[in-house]
Amino acid sequence: MCLAIPGQIVEVVDESNRLARVDVAGVHRNVNIGLLDSDGVGVGPGDWVLIHVGFAMSKVDEAEALETRRQLQAMGDDYEAELEELKASVIE
Amino acid sequence: MKYVDEFRDPELGRALAGEILSLVEPGRHYKLMEVCGGHTHSIYKFGLDDLLPENVELVHGPGCPVCVIPMGRVDDGIAVAHEPGVIFTCFGDMLRIPGSEGSLLEAKAEGADVRMVYSPLDALRIAKENPDREVVFFAIGFETTAPSTALTIKRARAEGVPNFSVMCSHVTIVPPLRALLDSPDMRLDGFIGPGHVSTVVGARPFEFIPSDYAKPIVVAGFEPLDVLQAVTMILRQLAEGRCEVENQYTRVVPYDGNPRALEVLSEVFELRPHFEWRGLGFISQSGLRIADEYADLDTEQRFSVPGVRVADPKACQCGEVLKGVIKPWECKVFGTACTPERPIGTCMVSSEGACAAYYNYGRFAREREVV
Ligand code: SF4
Repeated sequence: MCLAIPGQIVEVVDESNRLARVDVAGVHRNVNIGLLDSDGVGVGPGDWVLIHVGFAMSKVDEAEALETRRQLQAMGDDYEAELEELKASVIE
Repeated sequence: MKYVDEFRDPELGRALAGEILSLVEPGRHYKLMEVCGGHTHSIYKFGLDDLLPENVELVHGPGCPVCVIPMGRVDDGIAVAHEPGVIFTCFGDMLRIPGSEGSLLEAKAEGADVRMVYSPLDALRIAKENPDREVVFFAIGFETTAPSTALTIKRARAEGVPNFSVMCSHVTIVPPLRALLDSPDMRLDGFIGPGHVSTVVGARPFEFIPSDYAKPIVVAGFEPLDVLQAVTMILRQLAEGRCEVENQYTRVVPYDGNPRALEVLSEVFELRPHFEWRGLGFISQSGLRIADEYADLDTEQRFSVPGVRVADPKACQCGEVLKGVIKPWECKVFGTACTPERPIGTCMVSSEGACAAYYNYGRFAREREVV
């Protein structure tokens, strides 16, 4: 549960509940982006975020996101397990 | 330097290793604590301690949220899970944490409806899908995870989901660090500060470490290069006689944290006067409970939670591991009676736990050295 995994926002699917569909290494799931709403900036389609327990925790640039992903992939089992948990998630 | 070639920038890795060598005074022993389980994981996975000079020792801290959950809290969870009509949800790591009479996984085998979820929002969805059942979410984690629980509670309130509640076992990062610094048997020279927690709280809350205890702390990311760079920055502070909060992870951590996350935390949670930590005992103002305004969503108000206190098993030395007093392999049951498959202590459960991380990666490195 401790990993924060990078994903790219595809589209905002529920404006009022601040849910967005993200692409995490080809897996598409909904996550909440409300914690990044400070100061009216927020995140939107195309942005990369680090995701933890179904919430976008921080915005990162693409290079950082891809490098983080490469490092996580090198971890093997733990990253795979996290992806499996994400796949089982249905946030609506 | 067997793993350096896997780094993002192997040249930089070698350069940092060289700089570290130039910064240490021969004859002086440096003890640096990495607070976060994510760092522990990286250190063992990439063999980072092998890159450091002999007199620079990394010790593991109390920053693995799964590891710090006491037995009694697991027993409380199991008691709630056995209440009629309850669907008990938690993160996967929690399932295997031993309570005094077994784990949640064993409770599930005995017929309790225990389900693993990825997100608190999954637990809320399960509540909406099962209006005739009581759905409880066992919330654990530091400030990294607590804002997610807080937003979920706010959504449950906004949507009026009557059968959802949260058993809040969230903890905060500063009090255990203070407790460690106050403990007389602890001699630390500096801290590698936690990265993900700091995305929420920022680096500012750690200012007490230099100001009250005159030790450096460097907030760091999780890549092997991040950890090496943080070690370099700490050693440089020590060499120059400075102690301050530095932020190595500026690409993700703002010095003041995430204002929106901090706002929802203070709206939904309050500090508990005391909270029990595995192996560390009670630490005041270190745990979060649900604020009165959201009391209807608090499992502890809805059910009678026994509030059991159970001493850690005799054989278990998780407390010493969490305080960095002993290394995982120094625990008498490490790798024999206590393994990731059959854990006695919590540090063997989550892959961020020092014992599990060492079991999975580190011991191979040590075995190779011995050969
Ligand atoms: S080996 Fe097991 S009992 Fe010993 S400290 Fe590690 S987790 Fe705890």
